[in-house]
Amino acid sequence: MIIENISLSRRRFLGGVLSAGAFVIASRVVPDELFAQEAIFRTKADAAALHPSVYLGIEPDGTVFIVTHRSEMGTGIRTSLPLVAADELDANWSRVRIEQGVGDTRYGDQNTDGSRSIRDFYDAFRVAGASAKSMLITAAATQWNVPASECSAVDHEIVHAKSGKKLGFGALVPAAAKLPVPKKDDLQFKAKTAWKFVGKERPIYDLKDITTGKAPFGLDIYREGMVYASIEHPPVLGGTVKSLDDKDALTVKGVSQTITLDTVKPPVQFQALGGVAVIATNTWAAMQGRKKLKIDWNDGPHASFNSEPFKQDMIARVKQPAKVARNLGNVDAEFAKGGKVLEATYYTPMAAHASMEPPAAVAEFRNGKVEVWTPTQNPQAVQETVAAAVGIDKKNVVCHVTLLGGAFGRKSKPDFAAEAAILSKRLGKPVKVIWTREDDIHFDFYHTTAAVYHKATVDGRGKPTAWLQRSVFPPIGSTFGSPEPLSFELDMGLTDTAYDVPNIRAENAGAPVHVRIGWFRAVANNYHAFAAHSFADEMAHAAGRDTLEFLLDMIGPGKVIDLKAQGVNYSNYGAPIDKYPVDSRRLRRVLEVAGEKSNWGKRKPGNGWGIGIAAHRSFNTYVASVVEVEVDAQGRVRIPRIDQVADAGVFINPDRVRSQFEGAAVMGAGLAMFGEITAANGRIQQNNFDGFQVARMNTAPVQVNVHFVESGNLPTGVGEPGVPPVIAALGNAIFAATGKRVRELPFSRTKLV
Amino acid sequence: MVNLTVNGKIRAYDGDPDMPLLWYVRDDLRLTGTRFGCGAGLCGACTVHVEGRAVRSCQTAMRTLEGKKVVTIDALSVNGAHPVQRAWVALNVPQCGYCQSGQIMSAAALLATTPNPTDQDIDRAMTGNICRCGTYQRIRAAIHMAAKERA
Repeated sequence: MIIENISLSRRRFLGGVLSAGAFVIASRVVPDELFAQEAIFRTKADAAALHPSVYLGIEPDGTVFIVTHRSEMGTGIRTSLPLVAADELDANWSRVRIEQGVGDTRYGDQNTDGSRSIRDFYDAFRVAGASAKSMLITAAATQWNVPASECSAVDHEIVHAKSGKKLGFGALVPAAAKLPVPKKDDLQFKAKTAWKFVGKERPIYDLKDITTGKAPFGLDIYREGMVYASIEHPPVLGGTVKSLDDKDALTVKGVSQTITLDTVKPPVQFQALGGVAVIATNTWAAMQGRKKLKIDWNDGPHASFNSEPFKQDMIARVKQPAKVARNLGNVDAEFAKGGKVLEATYYTPMAAHASMEPPAAVAEFRNGKVEVWTPTQNPQAVQETVAAAVGIDKKNVVCHVTLLGGAFGRKSKPDFAAEAAILSKRLGKPVKVIWTREDDIHFDFYHTTAAVYHKATVDGRGKPTAWLQRSVFPPIGSTFGSPEPLSFELDMGLTDTAYDVPNIRAENAGAPVHVRIGWFRAVANNYHAFAAHSFADEMAHAAGRDTLEFLLDMIGPGKVIDLKAQGVNYSNYGAPIDKYPVDSRRLRRVLEVAGEKSNWGKRKPGNGWGIGIAAHRSFNTYVASVVEVEVDAQGRVRIPRIDQVADAGVFINPDRVRSQFEGAAVMGAGLAMFGEITAANGRIQQNNFDGFQVARMNTAPVQVNVHFVESGNLPTGVGEPGVPPVIAALGNAIFAATGKRVRELPFSRTKLV
Repeated sequence: MVNLTVNGKIRAYDGDPDMPLLWYVRDDLRLTGTRFGCGAGLCGACTVHVEGRAVRSCQTAMRTLEGKKVVTIDALSVNGAHPVQRAWVALNVPQCGYCQSGQIMSAAALLATTPNPTDQDIDRAMTGNICRCGTYQRIRAAIHMAAKERA
């Protein structure tokens, strides 16, 4: 769907990047012909004697190698997918070794984005485990001359219960390796009651290495003969070097040279930004040399970007009619009837991802090939981007994926890897590019700023009879050349509001783009949900009703909502709508459970204490959040408790699901309270963690309780959907505590008392 | 020339005296457990112990370390046996893990001076350490757990 917005000449490059891209509905997520392609890099699983899948191999000593092709940025996916395969195999977990897959299309989609690794690869890893087990069983049954149906796998052995015979996996590998890999349709999968790993608590594979400092992140890669680069990027997007004086920089001990890079041309995609690279023998020298550069810049047209007038312009735009994205009933006819009308405009600023590990990459260009080590969410995009940057075929790019020190969407855009590759090609040696925190804050693919307008007419009980929602924002689409938001940006909380209202219209328009825009954890849901669920709370209060009771009344008994009938070609996070429908019964259920588990209704708000609630479906998962706040006499906000209720179907590792919803509450609360990026004359005004504030120990929610609704449905996203409802629930809690309705983020901007 | 001890080994440093300890342990000694997060003393990812106190290695110039004893996460304990590390494992604290070296070093230094910290003590000692994944609740619980274990 992105490709439709792009001119033909760019289609080929984008087709490559975006077929692995964030929100495109991939026609083939999991490759059909797993062995059809030559490996970019041979794993130990590939080299193992028994190798029924690209994801799994077993050696004659019984060691099981499982390849995780998705990136580990804190969700636990590097452990969870192997657990799925190991469970089907009935392996002993201590005999499993996890390998990180390089970028290679033979693994299928590798863009670890959109909270869909389990949703999309649960089956593939079950198949990998079940295939190996089937081959081991066949080998044992043949050797023992008994029916395979009488054999089973138990804790790394194949057992024939009748005769008491048993053999370890390793001993059976040579015979099993000679057998054909069974067809998927012939495989037998374990019953849920037989699961040993799936659904059970299990520490992540890298836990010990993390707590002892041994776990390798992108910054920890060192190569023989490597030099270090720190890059002064154009302070305004698209700026070019007017004049450069690097004399003083070259006097810094360890600095060898500077290299001026070409400035990016639109559409920016994931290309290197340009600027001046300082090359040195260590990181510190590169950074010191860079401080001594004297550069005059041609800023270009984006120097006109100033956040305050831009905000006013967006707020004016959002009052104007825009392109209709959803239409149910006839909103205008209902509005024309008159009656009680509510309307409100909400605003959210830009925000930065600010993962704790700044962007970094090591690249080694040699003989027309590039080897890259980088903390990337999307190693196939690294292949594409690096290949385009240095003019080689992507098959000649080997992208090794390190652990990611946070990512939140930033690290699916590998501009920093392109920089390392360009410099390595120029210098003929390995180069490590290290972004400073200031680089990270100044040159992000930002979470976009948005204005959202809501208008409703309500009936005698305060329920909306017609509801108009409209958002305006500089779109992610712009990164790929589209001035208008792409459909997935609207399908995150604008076109899929699940309340049972007879007349609904959603509208949207783009706004001018002056910086790179990207996807940030939960993406457009954050601003759409903040506005929609704040407005729902406003409607409840206007009617003098309890918000939870009001929300349940607005949902009604619940049903599967047919968005197609309302003019929405709903992208549904890339998932088939028949298997993952928009089902407001599940939204209702998480709200009901939130009411039971939290302090909702148990204490009267006011006098500086308040409680707020919101529920939102995103990434095919249903979440309700209840936030409590204390606002002191100085207007300072403390968040003593948040309850998160999630229906995300089947869980692989409940503790990691819980930790995602804990973290989402912290990130959501921090973003809502403090998160703000602004520009003046095209330059970003925040520099580091003093200017761009995030939640800390003393400002984070004190207690986050996570509750699961075990619906038995297919597994859906957990990394992102915990964020959006927290933002709205926090605003609603502040209103309950103070009587002030804050319609603008960050909340810290508004004086509450 | 700066003479110092890093993780029990005597070292002599003769590079730029203004270079922060962070880049010495990382680039020169390849002790990569100490993380670069902000370069400005704002995030705590680079926390190490100098003479037993938690310091931000990105703000500690090599020239200030003559005769000093430095301990990094790599040598906080043998094989992760420090009570803080054990509590971190028991409660599955880390998500991405990047900030956790610094968190653990700050927590270990806190417990060395304040064996039974209150929540306020923890706020004071740990507020300089950012975790973008949001593991604060488990960090707090793990510090209390480690304190109990030490007692």
